[in-house]
Amino acid sequence: MEFLSYLINGLGLGSVYAIIALGYTMVYGIAKMLNFAHGDVIMIGAYVAFFALTNFGLPLIPAVLLSVIVCTVLGVTIERLAYKPLRQASSLSVLITAIGVSYFLQNGAQLLWSSATKVFPAVISNGSLNIGSLQISYLTLITICVCILVMAALTLFINRTSTGRAMRACSEDKGAAALMGINVNFIISVTFAIGSGLAAIASVLLCSTYPSVFPTLGAMPGIKAFTAAVFGGIGSIPGAFLGGLLLGVIEILAKAYISTQLSDAIVFAVLIVVLLIKPTGLLGRKLSEKV
Amino acid sequence: MKNHGLVKKVLAALMAVSMMAALTACGGSGSSGSADSAEAAPAAEASAEAAGGVIKIGGSGPLTGGAAVYGTAVKDAAELAVAEINAKGGQQFELRFEDDAHDAEKAVTAYGALKDWGMQISLCTVTSSPGAAAAPLYDEDNIFAITPSGSSLAVIYQDADNAANPYGNIFQMCFTDPNQGVASADYLAAHPDLGSKVAVIYKNDDNYSSGVFNKFKAESEVKGLEIVYDGTFDDSNASDFSVQLTKAQAAGADILFLPIYYEPASLILTQANQMGYAPTVFGIDGMDGILTLEGFDTSLAEGVYLLTPFSADATDDLTKNFVENYKAKKDGEIPNQFAADAYDCIYAIAQAVEAAGITADMSASEICDKLVGQFTSMTFNGLTGQNVTWSETGEVSKSPKAVVIQGGVYVGVED
Repeated sequence: MEFLSYLINGLGLGSVYAIIALGYTMVYGIAKMLNFAHGDVIMIGAYVAFFALTNFGLPLIPAVLLSVIVCTVLGVTIERLAYKPLRQASSLSVLITAIGVSYFLQNGAQLLWSSATKVFPAVISNGSLNIGSLQISYLTLITICVCILVMAALTLFINRTSTGRAMRACSEDKGAAALMGINVNFIISVTFAIGSGLAAIASVLLCSTYPSVFPTLGAMPGIKAFTAAVFGGIGSIPGAFLGGLLLGVIEILAKAYISTQLSDAIVFAVLIVVLLIKPTGLLGRKLSEKV
Repeated sequence: MKNHGLVKKVLAALMAVSMMAALTACGGSGSSGSADSAEAAPAAEASAEAAGGVIKIGGSGPLTGGAAVYGTAVKDAAELAVAEINAKGGQQFELRFEDDAHDAEKAVTAYGALKDWGMQISLCTVTSSPGAAAAPLYDEDNIFAITPSGSSLAVIYQDADNAANPYGNIFQMCFTDPNQGVASADYLAAHPDLGSKVAVIYKNDDNYSSGVFNKFKAESEVKGLEIVYDGTFDDSNASDFSVQLTKAQAAGADILFLPIYYEPASLILTQANQMGYAPTVFGIDGMDGILTLEGFDTSLAEGVYLLTPFSADATDDLTKNFVENYKAKKDGEIPNQFAADAYDCIYAIAQAVEAAGITADMSASEICDKLVGQFTSMTFNGLTGQNVTWSETGEVSKSPKAVVIQGGVYVGVED
């Protein structure tokens, strides 16, 4: 029974990683860059939701929507101001810029809202479902459901809409896509918009489970989610999903059965083994379906 | 293409400028404290001329970053104490407090800045790791330092592992980590009504937390206290405690000892509540601050025990005055133990300076020797304890008080 409860907790944690990992993997798939500021967009999303819920007294859904809107605008703005001018520059310059944006956001948040931790209000039900001696909190179930919904919606969007088709085309070959009349800049903006909007959703799930809001909140989940994206095969959407879930489950099980001190070492050891056997990650393929 | 390149460069430059602006802005907020004291300085100087100069007290602590709560509490309380002492006339003091962002390297830089400024006496650092980095410098230059809250042995000993070779000129106002671990185990052993099976969750990448845990464990063995589970976390795992709590619950622990800071402790309390696990939670000085955490549901902390030298609800005049003045200075914020320790540091320095007849024209080294003599022989009464004394190694001797959180405030527990 304990094993089942660890497994479900792991899936809950993994679902959050998966949603964040989608942001990394989509941007990488299309713009071929690592957006290290993604974790900090999550942090901004958490602050927006926090203020919407506590200071403006909005109910949950409008607060999440507001957070999604702010993050979407922020993501697109960052792309326009910081990354677009570097479209032709070396990937190293873009990487450094992304790290710069990350520090900019962290320090900006610290300046605006101070570094003191704020506690995210408990807006999602605190109760739990009891099956025999197994106890599953509703929050974990909601997190897993939201993750599956997001995955399904995104897969439909990528496969069934013309914008989605254009995104796939851009990820295959930007030059050829442009020649076919696709506005590549627009597609990249859409990618950032979707990734950042998802970051806002992830931030609310993350902060409901672990209710601490502080300026460096996004750093650690960001790195873990990036690991998940690489684990699953960066550039692959199902890969991010699988990678996120696996990472969460391995982390929790390693903590429970091996050692709380070594859990991260074990997670990364598994990552190394996977990359040795499959250098492109679990579901990463060289040419097909990189979005 | 050339134009495009130019636009690119301009945008990149703009981006760089805006980032610089943000960085300097942060620096600005960090050093605003020294600006304040600079403003206050002319007034102090004017009155000091009559009294024969100002004694310069330096210090550093995190005014920015994750531990900023502690640094600002220390800075504000120390400023309050300096202003009060200066207002009484007599020997005048001037305080300069630098930001070290809880970073060892920055603490060394801050030390340099303070030395250039002419620091004669120091509050050392607020946190332990920067303190351990700055301590050898204080030793080398023979400047007297008393840290309000750097509780690690590494702040006062050259060889912290064996508690050997004390610097001798660095003193602590707070308990050392080993003391807290021993005192916690003693308290739990003496109060079997709280519970008998102990689970511990500590932060293994933090000197403070693991230091307390090791001593707690050793003392528990001596006192026959049963530790049924110990789990760890670190910086990269500081949010999910479901595993540790499930294991503690499965092991049947009815006491949860948390030798950690209050931010992760607040997450542990929340998650334990979600699980329906309600052990008696026992914390140490790092737990102090949990009630002032913005947005925290204080009912979760109901019944939490902690060992602290200071409780803001004490009814003696000294505490009442301090709490009132501190609240007036900080928009109603209730002072924590860090603030109280800093306030006591300044008063202890003032007491020693007066007793030793130290004047502002003496060199830092001369002052240091006199102060060491005073501190190892004097008795001090302050906010954080009565009849406080110091050993030659710089460790403080005062008795920790157990308080329990009831109705959102600390309530003293009678032994």
